[in-house]
Amino acid sequence: MASTTDYLITGADVVGSGAADILVRDGRIAEIGTGLDVPSGIERVDADGLVALPGLVDLHTHLREPGREDAETIRTGSAAAAAGGFTAVFAMANTNPVTDTAEAAERIAELGERVGLVDVHPVGAVTKSLAGEELAELGLMARSRAQVRVFSDDGKCVHDARLMRRALEYVKAFDGVVTQHAQDPLLADGSACCHEGEVSGRLGLPGWPGVAEEVIVARDVMLARHTGSRVHIAHASTAGTVEVLRWAKSLGIDVTAEVTPHHLMLETDLLAGYDPVFKVNPPLRPAEDIEAVREALADGTIDAVATDHAPHARHDKEHAFADAAFGMLGLEQALAVLHTTMVEPGRMTWAQVAEATSARPARIARLTSQGGGLVAGAPANITLFDPAVTNVVDREESKSLSRNNPWHGHTLKGAVAATFLRGRRTFANGEVHQ
Amino acid sequence: MKHLLSAADLSRDMAGQILETAGAMHDVQNREVKKLPALRGRTVVNLFFEDSTRTRSSFEIAGKWLSADVINVSAKGSSVSKGESLHDTVLTVAAMGVDGLVIRHMRSGAPLQVSQWVDCMVVNAGDGTHEHPTQALLDAYTMQAQLGTLEGKHVVIVGDLTHSRVVRSNLILLKTLGAHVTLVAPPTLMPSGIAAWAGADGFETSYDLDAVLPHADAVMMLRVQRERMSGGYFPTPREYTVGYGLTRDRLGLLPAHAVICHPGPMNRGLEISPDAADEARSKVLDQVSAGVAVRMSVLYHLLASNEGAGA
Repeated sequence: MASTTDYLITGADVVGSGAADILVRDGRIAEIGTGLDVPSGIERVDADGLVALPGLVDLHTHLREPGREDAETIRTGSAAAAAGGFTAVFAMANTNPVTDTAEAAERIAELGERVGLVDVHPVGAVTKSLAGEELAELGLMARSRAQVRVFSDDGKCVHDARLMRRALEYVKAFDGVVTQHAQDPLLADGSACCHEGEVSGRLGLPGWPGVAEEVIVARDVMLARHTGSRVHIAHASTAGTVEVLRWAKSLGIDVTAEVTPHHLMLETDLLAGYDPVFKVNPPLRPAEDIEAVREALADGTIDAVATDHAPHARHDKEHAFADAAFGMLGLEQALAVLHTTMVEPGRMTWAQVAEATSARPARIARLTSQGGGLVAGAPANITLFDPAVTNVVDREESKSLSRNNPWHGHTLKGAVAATFLRGRRTFANGEVHQ
Repeated sequence: MKHLLSAADLSRDMAGQILETAGAMHDVQNREVKKLPALRGRTVVNLFFEDSTRTRSSFEIAGKWLSADVINVSAKGSSVSKGESLHDTVLTVAAMGVDGLVIRHMRSGAPLQVSQWVDCMVVNAGDGTHEHPTQALLDAYTMQAQLGTLEGKHVVIVGDLTHSRVVRSNLILLKTLGAHVTLVAPPTLMPSGIAAWAGADGFETSYDLDAVLPHADAVMMLRVQRERMSGGYFPTPREYTVGYGLTRDRLGLLPAHAVICHPGPMNRGLEISPDAADEARSKVLDQVSAGVAVRMSVLYHLLASNEGAGA
């Protein structure tokens, strides 16, 4: 089965619109329908009972290479992505060295291509070394072979309003977008590690108030309006952020936003045992915020689901809570979480899921090679999802190098059955096909 | 009970037993030969990631008077800066074959995490801005000695509540022992989510010390660090003292039978005036002496009466 790209996927529920067969030839979707005229000798993939979705596009992934290859590499991160149903990931710039030059960006794209399990698109830093002081060479990254269109200092907020304004203006020349990690550094400083509220009060952990996110989102939508630019809000996590987004969109401001699987599901109460696996930035929020981001995702106020997959070596998590690294895994459980929290309870259709996980993220990143949906003629980027299985997540089963999986021991409904990247089967039966 | 990590680990019954045993231990302090054989052959390590001379000394004396071998290990500074994880530091110490770890850490939750990694007994000797359960026990012991019981008594806790581990343990233990608590601080020094917390746990909060003091059976003044000013928590020490200090003028508002406590070290002239610190109702030194008795009792209950706990 090694490198063949011809398949007949039979009986899949195509984006929730009913069972059909998908004929894949030469890396493209040749035809979708029933009773297709199938060439002899083609491999059949029985997808009865499975949902076929367009390959997932993750706007927010940390692959850790270069710099922290002990936590994740482009190879292992790509494998985790394929296992999660992704066909493209955007690799955040906070590596070591930082992706703040054309050369660094090209290197990541090239390594991703060499692995070949998902399309790896580097995100460029907004500022040199993520220092928040001077613009990185945004234009050179855009002109490079990596064709960078998404820029972010993720992990750090571009908090200088003037610099943010310039970045937003500057990327217009190449239709780029700035992804903002919204965190006012004075309202939530580096020590802030627990949603500010009753839980942080009781646990005696430094609070990370929702308003520290909301004031930056509010400022940035006004900057986007002023400059006529596009701004994208990373990992929206609060009800207040949702209100600002809704208001900004109602005025026609060009703002988009993403939500992570963990902010859709995991509550701040999980911090009660001080387990650093639940330490993430922005922090896990209380039930009212979770409800707000779910509603916003369902009604389109939040455009996309993005994982913020953040692998960490075990020894970087085995510190006191306040000293441990921020971040949790996300690629492999994302779709099951979305199914469990949104689809199964009837809050989103599969068509909406396809929009939020593929079409819109591709559009936000100006990615033309993906996100085109399951239609004849499109590249065969296909994810097959089995909604019927129930899984107790075991962190040891991960394709990632790291084990900071916040869903370990949780029961999730549904699992990715197979992933195809331009007709090549990258994942099936629990195995990644390198 | 295998560990003492939080005041919430103490049932009313257990807290009563520990306080009762502490009374017996207190008598030992007044003997000429201050040594009981209870923990002979047991090894207790005081693992202090943060300096605290008084708490460490108190635990050290408590262990020694019970005949335990007590070793002080200072692991000052965050383990992150040294490149060793907390997990590895603690397992290294535990591997030497200790029966009990007494842990002080500048980060909230560290002793709880440690208790999940080691087989031996763990006592929380203060973690970050979270808890300090033996402090709450010695406070309760001191107040009970003066008031007879804590059942139905009104305890007022005043000061930097946001950054205080003492207040969190006291809130829990005082409730367990049947006391009623009012927290007093400027709004900036009230812990996050205090309204929901007070509602759930049944205590009061106030910004007005003068209104609360006349109804207090005990008042606990918490240390206010001058550094807090840089965080904008209050404008000046002078203004803090006028609003929330136990000044000479305020002493008149406090009932004659009331107890004045302070966990130390005191900022004389800031949260507590010399008049208050040194007057008859002040039991600050009684608290220190109760600290040894209470810690003897805790070590005794966790190590001596629980054979095999130090596996």
